[in-house]
Amino acid sequence: MTTVQHISAGRRVKDRLAQGLVYLAFALAVVPLVSVLWLVIKNGLARFDTEFLTHSMRNIGARDAGGGAYHAIIGTLEQVLLASLIAVPIGLLTAIYLTEYGNGGRLSRAISFFVDVMTGVPSVVTGLFVLAFWILFLGMPFSGLAGALALAILMMPTVVRSAEEMLRLVPNDLREASYALGVAKWRTIVKVVLPTAFTGIVTGVMLAVARVAGETAPLLLTVFFTDSINSDPFNGPQMGLPLYVFDQAGRPNDTAIDRAWTGALTLILIVMLLNLVARLIAWWRSPAKGR
Amino acid sequence: MSKQIQVSGLDAYYGSHKAIEDVSMTIEPRSITAFIGPSGCGKSTFLRTLNRMHEVIPGARVEGKVLLDGEDLYGATVEPVSVRRSIGMVFQRPNPFPTMSIYENVAAGLRLNGRVSKSQSDGIVEESLKGANLWNEVKDRLNKPGAGLSGGQQQRLCIARAIAVKPQVLLMDEPCSALDPISTLAIEDLMVKLKDQYTIVIVTHNMQQAARVSDRTAFFNLDGQGKPGKVVEMDETSRMFTNPSQKATEDYITGRFG
Repeated sequence: MTTVQHISAGRRVKDRLAQGLVYLAFALAVVPLVSVLWLVIKNGLARFDTEFLTHSMRNIGARDAGGGAYHAIIGTLEQVLLASLIAVPIGLLTAIYLTEYGNGGRLSRAISFFVDVMTGVPSVVTGLFVLAFWILFLGMPFSGLAGALALAILMMPTVVRSAEEMLRLVPNDLREASYALGVAKWRTIVKVVLPTAFTGIVTGVMLAVARVAGETAPLLLTVFFTDSINSDPFNGPQMGLPLYVFDQAGRPNDTAIDRAWTGALTLILIVMLLNLVARLIAWWRSPAKGR
Repeated sequence: MSKQIQVSGLDAYYGSHKAIEDVSMTIEPRSITAFIGPSGCGKSTFLRTLNRMHEVIPGARVEGKVLLDGEDLYGATVEPVSVRRSIGMVFQRPNPFPTMSIYENVAAGLRLNGRVSKSQSDGIVEESLKGANLWNEVKDRLNKPGAGLSGGQQQRLCIARAIAVKPQVLLMDEPCSALDPISTLAIEDLMVKLKDQYTIVIVTHNMQQAARVSDRTAFFNLDGQGKPGKVVEMDETSRMFTNPSQKATEDYITGRFG
Protein backbone atom coordinates (compact mmCIF):
# COMPACT_ATOMS: atom_id res chain seq x y z
CA MET A 1 0.00 0.00 0.00
CA THR A 2 1.33 3.40 -0.92
CA THR A 3 0.97 6.36 1.35
CA VAL A 4 0.63 8.77 -1.57
CA GLN A 5 -2.84 8.76 -3.06
CA HIS A 6 -3.36 9.68 -6.68
CA ILE A 7 -6.18 11.86 -7.88
CA SER A 8 -8.81 9.61 -9.37
CA ALA A 9 -9.95 10.09 -12.97
CA GLY A 10 -13.43 11.00 -11.78
CA ARG A 11 -12.18 13.84 -9.62
CA ARG A 12 -10.00 15.10 -12.42
CA VAL A 13 -13.00 15.23 -14.76
CA LYS A 14 -15.07 17.06 -12.15
CA ASP A 15 -12.24 19.52 -11.58
CA ARG A 16 -12.03 20.25 -15.31
CA LEU A 17 -15.79 20.61 -15.52
CA ALA A 18 -15.97 23.07 -12.62
CA GLN A 19 -13.09 25.04 -14.07
CA GLY A 20 -14.82 25.19 -17.44
CA LEU A 21 -18.06 26.38 -15.84
CA VAL A 22 -16.26 29.16 -13.96
CA TYR A 23 -14.60 30.38 -17.16
CA LEU A 24 -17.92 30.22 -18.99
CA ALA A 25 -19.66 32.24 -16.27
CA PHE A 26 -16.90 34.81 -16.42
CA ALA A 27 -17.16 35.07 -20.21
CA LEU A 28 -20.94 35.48 -19.98
CA ALA A 29 -20.55 38.23 -17.43
CA VAL A 30 -18.05 40.08 -19.60
CA VAL A 31 -20.07 39.87 -22.82
CA PRO A 32 -22.58 42.63 -21.98
CA LEU A 33 -19.86 44.87 -20.55
CA VAL A 34 -17.65 44.59 -23.61
CA SER A 35 -20.53 44.90 -26.05
CA VAL A 36 -21.90 48.02 -24.34
CA LEU A 37 -18.47 49.63 -24.28
CA TRP A 38 -17.82 48.64 -27.89
CA LEU A 39 -21.14 50.02 -29.14
CA VAL A 40 -20.84 53.26 -27.20
CA ILE A 41 -17.29 53.87 -28.35
CA LYS A 42 -17.97 52.90 -31.98
CA ASN A 43 -21.10 55.04 -32.30
CA GLY A 44 -20.00 57.80 -29.97
CA LEU A 45 -16.66 58.60 -31.59
CA ALA A 46 -18.39 60.04 -34.69
CA ARG A 47 -19.38 63.22 -32.88
CA PHE A 48 -16.77 63.22 -30.09
CA ASP A 49 -15.20 66.51 -31.15
CA THR A 50 -14.43 69.91 -29.68
CA GLU A 51 -17.74 71.32 -30.84
CA PHE A 52 -19.57 68.66 -28.87
CA LEU A 53 -17.59 69.44 -25.75
CA THR A 54 -17.78 73.23 -26.01
CA HIS A 55 -21.22 74.03 -27.46
CA SER A 56 -24.77 73.70 -26.23
CA MET A 57 -27.89 72.86 -28.24
CA ARG A 58 -29.05 76.45 -28.35
CA ASN A 59 -30.25 77.50 -31.81
CA ILE A 60 -29.71 74.04 -33.22
CA GLY A 61 -32.75 73.16 -35.30
CA ALA A 62 -34.46 69.82 -35.14
CA ARG A 63 -32.70 68.54 -38.24
CA ASP A 64 -29.41 70.37 -37.92
CA ALA A 65 -26.14 68.60 -37.43
CA GLY A 66 -23.59 69.98 -34.96
CA GLY A 67 -24.47 71.17 -31.49
CA GLY A 68 -23.05 69.72 -28.34
CA ALA A 69 -23.50 68.74 -24.74
CA TYR A 70 -21.50 71.44 -22.96
CA HIS A 71 -24.59 72.50 -21.02
CA ALA A 72 -25.30 68.89 -20.03
CA ILE A 73 -21.70 68.21 -18.97
CA ILE A 74 -21.70 71.30 -16.75
CA GLY A 75 -25.07 70.29 -15.35
CA THR A 76 -24.00 66.73 -14.56
CA LEU A 77 -20.76 67.85 -12.90
CA GLU A 78 -22.50 70.45 -10.78
CA GLN A 79 -25.41 68.22 -9.83
CA VAL A 80 -23.17 65.30 -8.88
CA LEU A 81 -20.83 67.59 -6.94
CA LEU A 82 -23.73 69.15 -5.03
CA ALA A 83 -25.28 65.76 -4.37
CA SER A 84 -21.94 64.51 -3.02
CA LEU A 85 -21.53 67.61 -0.85
CA ILE A 86 -24.91 66.84 0.71
CA ALA A 87 -24.80 63.05 0.86
CA VAL A 88 -21.19 62.32 1.80
CA PRO A 89 -21.04 64.29 5.09
CA ILE A 90 -24.45 63.04 6.22
CA GLY A 91 -23.68 59.49 5.14
CA LEU A 92 -20.26 59.48 6.73
CA LEU A 93 -21.51 60.92 10.01
CA THR A 94 -24.31 58.34 10.05
CA ALA A 95 -21.78 55.56 9.52
CA ILE A 96 -19.62 56.96 12.32
CA TYR A 97 -22.60 57.05 14.63
CA LEU A 98 -23.51 53.45 13.75
CA THR A 99 -20.01 52.04 14.26
CA GLU A 100 -18.58 54.20 17.03
CA TYR A 101 -21.48 55.42 19.13
CA GLY A 102 -24.56 53.29 18.36
CA ASN A 103 -23.46 50.16 20.27
CA GLY A 104 -26.34 48.28 18.65
CA GLY A 105 -28.91 50.28 20.60
CA ARG A 106 -32.47 50.93 19.51
CA LEU A 107 -31.70 54.12 17.60
CA SER A 108 -28.83 52.58 15.66
CA ARG A 109 -30.93 49.55 14.73
CA ALA A 110 -33.72 51.84 13.55
CA ILE A 111 -31.24 53.86 11.46
CA SER A 112 -29.79 50.66 9.97
CA PHE A 113 -33.28 49.50 9.05
CA PHE A 114 -34.22 52.77 7.35
CA VAL A 115 -30.95 52.89 5.48
CA ASP A 116 -31.79 49.46 4.09
CA VAL A 117 -35.24 50.70 3.15
CA MET A 118 -33.72 53.73 1.41
CA THR A 119 -31.44 51.45 -0.63
CA GLY A 120 -34.56 49.89 -2.10
CA VAL A 121 -36.32 53.13 -3.04
CA PRO A 122 -36.64 53.35 -6.85
CA SER A 123 -34.85 56.37 -8.24
CA VAL A 124 -37.96 57.81 -9.87
CA VAL A 125 -39.62 57.93 -6.46
CA THR A 126 -36.88 60.15 -5.05
CA GLY A 127 -37.43 62.44 -8.04
CA LEU A 128 -41.15 62.48 -7.37
CA PHE A 129 -40.50 63.22 -3.71
CA VAL A 130 -38.31 66.22 -4.50
CA LEU A 131 -40.82 67.40 -7.10
CA ALA A 132 -43.71 67.13 -4.66
CA PHE A 133 -41.93 68.51 -1.61
CA TRP A 134 -39.27 70.93 -2.84
CA ILE A 135 -40.81 72.27 -6.03
CA LEU A 136 -44.58 72.01 -5.58
CA PHE A 137 -44.93 72.32 -1.81
CA LEU A 138 -42.08 74.73 -0.99
CA GLY A 139 -42.46 76.48 -4.34
CA MET A 140 -38.78 76.29 -5.31
CA PRO A 141 -37.89 76.53 -9.00
CA PHE A 142 -36.71 73.67 -11.16
CA SER A 143 -32.96 73.74 -10.75
CA GLY A 144 -29.77 71.73 -10.64
CA LEU A 145 -30.03 71.85 -6.85
CA ALA A 146 -33.41 70.11 -6.93
CA GLY A 147 -31.82 67.38 -9.04
CA ALA A 148 -28.89 67.20 -6.65
CA LEU A 149 -31.29 66.72 -3.73
CA ALA A 150 -32.88 63.75 -5.46
CA LEU A 151 -29.45 62.32 -6.28
CA ALA A 152 -28.27 62.88 -2.71
CA ILE A 153 -31.17 60.81 -1.39
CA LEU A 154 -30.08 58.03 -3.74
CA MET A 155 -26.42 58.32 -2.75
CA MET A 156 -26.86 58.39 0.98
CA PRO A 157 -27.64 54.74 1.72
CA THR A 158 -24.76 53.58 -0.47
CA VAL A 159 -22.36 55.92 1.31
CA VAL A 160 -23.62 54.88 4.75
CA ARG A 161 -23.38 51.16 4.03
CA SER A 162 -19.93 51.22 2.45
CA ALA A 163 -18.45 53.63 5.00
CA GLU A 164 -19.93 51.61 7.86
CA GLU A 165 -18.37 48.43 6.53
CA MET A 166 -14.98 50.10 6.14
CA LEU A 167 -15.11 51.59 9.65
CA ARG A 168 -15.97 48.19 11.11
CA LEU A 169 -12.88 46.76 9.43
CA VAL A 170 -10.64 49.08 11.46
CA PRO A 171 -9.23 46.86 14.21
CA ASN A 172 -10.38 47.70 17.72
CA ASP A 173 -6.72 47.45 18.78
CA LEU A 174 -6.07 50.78 17.10
CA ARG A 175 -8.88 52.53 18.91
CA GLU A 176 -7.65 51.12 22.21
CA ALA A 177 -4.05 52.08 21.42
CA SER A 178 -5.23 55.62 20.88
CA TYR A 179 -7.37 55.72 24.03
CA ALA A 180 -4.43 54.36 26.02
CA LEU A 181 -2.40 57.39 24.92
CA GLY A 182 -5.00 59.61 26.52
CA VAL A 183 -6.56 60.67 23.25
CA ALA A 184 -10.22 61.62 23.42
CA LYS A 185 -12.74 59.52 21.52
CA TRP A 186 -13.67 62.08 18.86
CA ARG A 187 -10.00 62.73 18.15
CA THR A 188 -9.36 59.01 17.92
CA ILE A 189 -12.11 58.78 15.32
CA VAL A 190 -10.86 61.76 13.33
CA LYS A 191 -7.13 61.04 13.50
CA VAL A 192 -6.90 57.25 13.71
CA VAL A 193 -10.10 55.51 12.61
CA LEU A 194 -11.02 57.64 9.60
CA PRO A 195 -7.50 57.76 8.08
CA THR A 196 -7.22 53.99 8.45
CA ALA A 197 -10.51 53.47 6.61
CA PHE A 198 -9.91 56.32 4.16
CA THR A 199 -9.12 54.26 1.05
CA GLY A 200 -12.18 52.09 1.46
CA ILE A 201 -14.45 55.05 2.13
CA VAL A 202 -13.23 56.82 -1.01
CA THR A 203 -13.97 53.70 -3.06
CA GLY A 204 -17.46 53.51 -1.57
CA VAL A 205 -18.16 57.16 -2.28
CA MET A 206 -16.97 56.73 -5.87
CA LEU A 207 -19.31 53.80 -6.37
CA ALA A 208 -22.16 55.96 -5.10
CA VAL A 209 -21.13 58.82 -7.41
CA ALA A 210 -20.92 56.47 -10.38
CA ARG A 211 -24.35 55.18 -9.58
CA VAL A 212 -26.08 58.56 -9.42
CA ALA A 213 -24.16 60.15 -12.30
CA GLY A 214 -26.11 57.97 -14.71
CA GLU A 215 -29.53 58.46 -13.12
CA THR A 216 -32.13 59.87 -15.51
CA ALA A 217 -35.47 59.48 -13.79
CA PRO A 218 -34.94 61.77 -10.79
CA LEU A 219 -33.48 64.49 -13.01
CA LEU A 220 -36.40 64.29 -15.39
CA LEU A 221 -38.71 65.53 -12.66
CA THR A 222 -36.44 68.03 -10.95
CA VAL A 223 -34.00 69.86 -13.23
CA PHE A 224 -36.34 70.10 -16.21
CA PHE A 225 -34.89 70.44 -19.69
CA THR A 226 -32.96 73.14 -21.40
CA ASP A 227 -30.92 73.51 -24.56
CA SER A 228 -28.99 76.48 -23.17
CA ILE A 229 -26.02 76.75 -20.91
CA ASN A 230 -27.01 77.40 -17.31
CA SER A 231 -24.01 77.24 -15.03
CA ASP A 232 -25.97 78.33 -11.97
CA PRO A 233 -27.29 75.19 -10.32
CA PHE A 234 -29.50 77.15 -7.94
CA ASN A 235 -31.64 78.88 -10.51
CA GLY A 236 -33.57 77.75 -13.53
CA PRO A 237 -33.66 74.55 -15.53
CA GLN A 238 -30.39 72.78 -16.10
CA MET A 239 -29.41 69.84 -18.24
CA GLY A 240 -27.68 66.61 -17.33
CA LEU A 241 -25.89 64.11 -19.53
CA PRO A 242 -28.34 61.27 -18.88
CA LEU A 243 -31.20 63.64 -19.73
CA TYR A 244 -29.36 64.76 -22.82
CA VAL A 245 -28.94 61.17 -24.01
CA PHE A 246 -32.59 60.46 -23.26
CA ASP A 247 -33.69 63.58 -25.12
CA GLN A 248 -31.51 63.12 -28.19
CA ALA A 249 -32.15 59.40 -28.49
CA GLY A 250 -35.87 60.10 -28.69
CA ARG A 251 -35.53 62.27 -31.77
CA PRO A 252 -35.95 60.87 -35.26
CA ASN A 253 -32.85 62.23 -37.02
CA ASP A 254 -29.54 60.45 -37.31
CA THR A 255 -27.71 63.59 -36.20
CA ALA A 256 -29.57 63.52 -32.88
CA ILE A 257 -28.95 59.79 -32.45
CA ASP A 258 -25.23 60.39 -33.00
CA ARG A 259 -25.27 63.08 -30.32
CA ALA A 260 -26.99 60.67 -27.94
CA TRP A 261 -24.22 58.09 -28.43
CA THR A 262 -21.55 60.70 -27.89
CA GLY A 263 -23.36 61.90 -24.77
CA ALA A 264 -23.29 58.35 -23.42
CA LEU A 265 -19.59 58.05 -24.22
CA THR A 266 -18.89 61.36 -22.44
CA LEU A 267 -20.80 60.19 -19.37
CA ILE A 268 -18.80 56.97 -19.22
CA LEU A 269 -15.57 58.93 -19.59
CA ILE A 270 -16.52 61.35 -16.82
CA VAL A 271 -17.32 58.53 -14.40
CA MET A 272 -14.08 56.77 -15.34
CA LEU A 273 -12.11 59.95 -14.84
CA LEU A 274 -13.66 60.54 -11.41
CA ASN A 275 -12.83 56.96 -10.50
CA LEU A 276 -9.26 57.45 -11.60
CA VAL A 277 -8.93 60.60 -9.51
CA ALA A 278 -10.36 58.80 -6.49
CA ARG A 279 -7.92 55.91 -6.98
CA LEU A 280 -5.06 58.38 -7.17
CA ILE A 281 -6.15 60.06 -3.94
CA ALA A 282 -6.56 56.68 -2.27
CA TRP A 283 -3.14 55.55 -3.50
CA TRP A 284 -1.53 58.76 -2.38
CA ARG A 285 -2.95 58.34 1.12
CA SER A 286 -2.39 54.59 1.23
CA PRO A 287 -0.43 53.38 4.30
CA ALA A 288 1.44 50.78 2.25
CA LYS A 289 3.12 53.44 0.16
CA GLY A 290 6.87 53.76 0.55
CA ARG A 291 7.39 50.55 2.48
CA MET B 1 7.52 60.84 37.88
CA SER B 2 6.70 57.39 39.13
CA LYS B 3 3.69 56.95 41.39
CA GLN B 4 2.19 54.41 43.72
CA ILE B 5 -1.12 52.70 43.01
CA GLN B 6 -3.39 51.57 45.82
CA VAL B 7 -6.39 49.42 45.00
CA SER B 8 -9.05 48.55 47.52
CA GLY B 9 -12.16 46.38 47.22
CA LEU B 10 -12.28 46.48 43.45
CA ASP B 11 -14.95 44.57 41.50
CA ALA B 12 -15.16 44.64 37.71
CA TYR B 13 -18.15 43.63 35.63
CA TYR B 14 -18.95 42.87 32.00
CA GLY B 15 -22.67 43.56 31.95
CA SER B 16 -24.02 41.38 34.74
CA HIS B 17 -21.02 39.06 34.75
CA LYS B 18 -18.60 39.76 37.56
CA ALA B 19 -15.08 39.24 36.18
CA ILE B 20 -13.04 40.09 39.26
CA GLU B 21 -14.01 40.38 42.88
CA ASP B 22 -12.67 42.28 45.86
CA VAL B 23 -9.13 42.93 44.67
CA SER B 24 -6.97 44.98 47.01
CA MET B 25 -3.27 45.59 46.54
CA THR B 26 -0.54 48.17 46.61
CA ILE B 27 1.71 48.62 43.60
CA GLU B 28 4.96 50.29 44.51
CA PRO B 29 6.62 52.98 42.41
CA ARG B 30 9.95 52.32 40.64
CA SER B 31 9.35 48.59 40.58
CA ILE B 32 7.94 45.92 38.33
CA THR B 33 4.85 44.15 39.53
CA ALA B 34 3.83 40.98 37.69
CA PHE B 35 0.36 39.41 37.53
CA ILE B 36 0.29 35.70 36.88
CA GLY B 37 -2.52 33.18 36.80
CA PRO B 38 -4.51 30.93 34.46
CA SER B 39 -6.37 32.29 31.44
CA GLY B 40 -9.69 33.94 32.17
CA CYS B 41 -8.88 34.73 35.79
CA GLY B 42 -9.17 38.46 35.29
CA LYS B 43 -5.53 39.62 35.21
CA SER B 44 -6.00 41.62 32.03
CA THR B 45 -9.36 42.93 33.17
CA PHE B 46 -7.80 44.11 36.40
CA LEU B 47 -4.92 45.72 34.52
CA ARG B 48 -7.40 47.58 32.34
CA THR B 49 -9.26 48.90 35.37
CA LEU B 50 -6.04 50.63 36.47
CA ASN B 51 -6.19 53.17 33.64
CA ARG B 52 -9.93 53.11 33.04
CA MET B 53 -9.59 51.20 29.78
CA HIS B 54 -12.02 48.60 31.10
CA GLU B 55 -15.01 50.88 30.66
CA VAL B 56 -14.26 51.36 26.95
CA ILE B 57 -16.03 48.04 26.39
CA PRO B 58 -19.81 48.52 26.19
CA GLY B 59 -21.52 47.34 29.35
CA ALA B 60 -18.34 47.15 31.41
CA ARG B 61 -18.18 48.85 34.80
CA VAL B 62 -16.07 48.99 37.92
CA GLU B 63 -16.77 49.29 41.64
CA GLY B 64 -14.18 50.06 44.27
CA LYS B 65 -11.25 52.41 44.60
CA VAL B 66 -8.03 52.90 42.68
CA LEU B 67 -5.78 55.56 44.18
CA LEU B 68 -2.85 56.99 42.25
CA ASP B 69 -0.69 58.61 44.94
CA GLY B 70 -3.82 59.07 46.99
CA GLU B 71 -6.00 60.44 44.20
CA ASP B 72 -9.07 58.37 43.33
CA LEU B 73 -9.07 57.55 39.60
CA TYR B 74 -12.76 56.70 39.74
CA GLY B 75 -13.77 59.94 41.44
CA ALA B 76 -16.96 61.45 40.07
CA THR B 77 -15.22 64.44 38.49
CA VAL B 78 -12.19 62.61 37.11
CA GLU B 79 -11.73 62.73 33.34
CA PRO B 80 -10.95 59.18 32.09
CA VAL B 81 -8.93 60.60 29.18
CA SER B 82 -6.52 62.35 31.57
CA VAL B 83 -6.14 59.15 33.61
CA ARG B 84 -5.00 57.33 30.49
CA ARG B 85 -2.55 60.11 29.75
CA SER B 86 -0.78 59.53 33.04
CA ILE B 87 -1.09 55.73 32.99
CA GLY B 88 0.15 54.34 29.69
CA MET B 89 -0.53 50.91 28.27
CA VAL B 90 1.19 48.41 25.99
CA PHE B 91 -0.95 45.69 24.49
CA GLN B 92 -0.52 42.00 23.81
CA ARG B 93 -0.33 42.37 20.06
CA PRO B 94 1.83 45.19 18.72
CA ASN B 95 -0.59 47.76 17.31
CA PRO B 96 1.23 50.62 15.60
CA PHE B 97 -1.05 52.97 13.68
CA PRO B 98 -0.94 51.67 10.09
CA THR B 99 -1.42 55.08 8.49
CA MET B 100 1.50 56.63 10.33
CA SER B 101 5.26 56.52 9.92
CA ILE B 102 7.59 55.42 12.71
CA TYR B 103 8.09 59.05 13.69
CA GLU B 104 4.38 59.82 13.62
CA ASN B 105 3.61 56.73 15.66
CA VAL B 106 5.90 57.79 18.47
CA ALA B 107 4.66 61.38 18.30
CA ALA B 108 1.02 60.23 18.05
CA GLY B 109 0.20 60.75 21.72
CA LEU B 110 1.62 64.28 21.64
CA ARG B 111 0.17 65.28 18.31
CA LEU B 112 -3.27 63.83 18.87
CA ASN B 113 -3.43 65.74 22.13
CA GLY B 114 -2.35 68.90 20.31
CA ARG B 115 0.21 71.51 21.30
CA VAL B 116 3.74 70.50 20.30
CA SER B 117 6.26 72.22 18.08
CA LYS B 118 8.34 70.34 15.53
CA SER B 119 11.60 70.71 17.45
CA GLN B 120 9.93 69.65 20.67
CA SER B 121 8.46 66.54 19.11
CA ASP B 122 11.78 65.76 17.35
CA GLY B 123 13.45 65.69 20.74
CA ILE B 124 10.76 63.60 22.40
CA VAL B 125 10.67 61.09 19.53
CA GLU B 126 14.42 60.56 19.69
CA GLU B 127 14.39 60.31 23.47
CA SER B 128 11.45 57.86 23.49
CA LEU B 129 12.95 55.66 20.77
CA LYS B 130 16.24 55.60 22.66
CA GLY B 131 14.29 54.82 25.82
CA ALA B 132 12.71 51.87 24.04
CA ASN B 133 16.09 50.66 22.67
CA LEU B 134 14.87 51.13 19.12
CA TRP B 135 16.62 54.33 18.03
CA ASN B 136 19.67 52.69 16.44
CA GLU B 137 17.53 50.33 14.38
CA VAL B 138 15.15 52.94 12.97
CA LYS B 139 16.93 56.29 13.04
CA ASP B 140 17.56 56.18 9.28
CA ARG B 141 13.98 55.35 8.35
CA LEU B 142 11.81 57.38 10.65
CA ASN B 143 9.51 58.26 7.77
CA LYS B 144 8.83 54.65 6.81
CA PRO B 145 5.53 53.08 7.97
CA GLY B 146 5.58 51.68 11.49
CA ALA B 147 3.78 48.55 10.29
CA GLY B 148 6.83 47.62 8.19
CA LEU B 149 8.93 46.74 11.25
CA SER B 150 9.32 43.23 12.66
CA GLY B 151 7.03 42.10 15.47
CA GLY B 152 9.59 42.76 18.20
CA GLN B 153 10.46 46.15 16.78
CA GLN B 154 6.78 47.03 16.51
CA GLN B 155 6.29 46.18 20.17
CA ARG B 156 9.22 48.40 21.16
CA LEU B 157 7.73 51.08 18.92
CA CYS B 158 4.51 50.76 20.91
CA ILE B 159 6.49 51.10 24.14
CA ALA B 160 8.21 54.20 22.74
CA ARG B 161 4.79 55.57 21.80
CA ALA B 162 3.52 54.91 25.32
CA ILE B 163 6.48 56.54 27.10
CA ALA B 164 6.47 59.54 24.74
CA VAL B 165 3.51 61.02 26.60
CA LYS B 166 5.53 60.75 29.83
CA PRO B 167 3.14 58.65 31.89
CA GLN B 168 3.71 57.93 35.56
CA VAL B 169 2.77 54.29 35.24
CA LEU B 170 3.22 51.80 32.40
CA LEU B 171 0.80 48.86 32.14
CA MET B 172 1.84 45.96 29.94
CA ASP B 173 -0.64 43.28 28.95
CA GLU B 174 1.39 40.20 27.96
CA PRO B 175 3.76 42.36 25.93
CA CYS B 176 5.95 39.44 24.83
CA SER B 177 3.43 36.71 24.11
CA ALA B 178 3.54 37.35 20.35
CA LEU B 179 7.33 37.66 20.19
CA ASP B 180 10.31 35.38 19.68
CA PRO B 181 12.80 34.79 22.56
CA ILE B 182 15.32 37.38 21.32
CA SER B 183 12.74 40.14 21.05
CA THR B 184 11.37 39.03 24.42
CA LEU B 185 14.80 39.45 25.95
CA ALA B 186 15.06 42.92 24.42
CA ILE B 187 11.74 43.92 25.95
CA GLU B 188 12.61 42.44 29.33
CA ASP B 189 15.89 44.36 29.41
CA LEU B 190 13.93 47.42 28.50
CA MET B 191 11.46 46.90 31.34
CA VAL B 192 14.30 46.61 33.86
CA LYS B 193 15.78 49.81 32.47
CA LEU B 194 12.45 51.64 32.54
CA LYS B 195 11.64 50.78 36.13
CA ASP B 196 14.03 53.51 37.29
CA GLN B 197 11.52 56.03 36.04
CA TYR B 198 8.16 54.31 35.91
CA THR B 199 5.87 52.15 37.93
CA ILE B 200 5.54 49.08 35.73
CA VAL B 201 2.79 46.49 35.89
CA ILE B 202 2.99 43.46 33.63
CA VAL B 203 0.59 40.62 32.95
CA THR B 204 2.36 37.48 31.82
CA HIS B 205 1.71 33.81 31.20
CA ASN B 206 5.40 33.15 31.29
CA MET B 207 6.40 32.28 34.84
CA GLN B 208 10.11 32.50 34.09
CA GLN B 209 9.52 36.00 32.80
CA ALA B 210 7.74 37.01 35.99
CA ALA B 211 10.58 35.49 38.03
CA ARG B 212 13.26 37.20 35.90
CA VAL B 213 11.98 40.74 35.77
CA SER B 214 9.49 41.45 38.52
CA ASP B 215 10.02 42.66 42.06
CA ARG B 216 6.61 41.68 43.31
CA THR B 217 4.16 39.13 41.96
CA ALA B 218 0.43 38.72 42.38
CA PHE B 219 -1.21 35.38 41.67
CA PHE B 220 -4.78 35.53 40.35
CA ASN B 221 -7.09 32.56 40.29
CA LEU B 222 -10.76 31.73 40.08
CA ASP B 223 -12.75 29.15 42.00
CA GLY B 224 -14.42 27.72 38.90
CA GLN B 225 -15.84 28.46 35.46
CA GLY B 226 -18.05 31.55 35.51
CA LYS B 227 -16.87 32.59 38.97
CA PRO B 228 -15.07 35.92 39.38
CA GLY B 229 -11.27 36.02 39.57
CA LYS B 230 -9.51 36.92 42.82
CA VAL B 231 -6.03 37.65 44.05
CA VAL B 232 -4.87 34.53 45.85
CA GLU B 233 -1.55 35.87 47.02
CA MET B 234 0.78 38.78 46.50
CA ASP B 235 4.36 38.98 47.72
CA GLU B 236 7.99 39.59 46.86
CA THR B 237 8.70 37.66 43.67
CA SER B 238 11.60 35.78 45.23
CA ARG B 239 9.39 34.56 48.04
CA MET B 240 6.45 33.75 45.75
CA PHE B 241 8.60 31.47 43.64
CA THR B 242 10.46 29.78 46.46
CA ASN B 243 8.16 29.71 49.42
CA PRO B 244 4.55 30.69 48.62
CA SER B 245 2.18 30.74 51.54
CA GLN B 246 -0.79 29.38 49.60
CA LYS B 247 -1.09 25.83 48.25
CA ALA B 248 -2.80 27.04 45.03
CA THR B 249 0.11 29.36 44.25
CA GLU B 250 2.61 26.57 44.72
CA ASP B 251 0.58 24.23 42.52
CA TYR B 252 0.38 26.81 39.78
CA ILE B 253 4.01 27.83 39.90
CA THR B 254 5.30 24.29 39.94
CA GLY B 255 3.08 23.45 36.99
CA ARG B 256 0.66 21.13 38.72
CA PHE B 257 -2.22 22.94 37.05
CA GLY B 258 -2.89 25.85 34.72
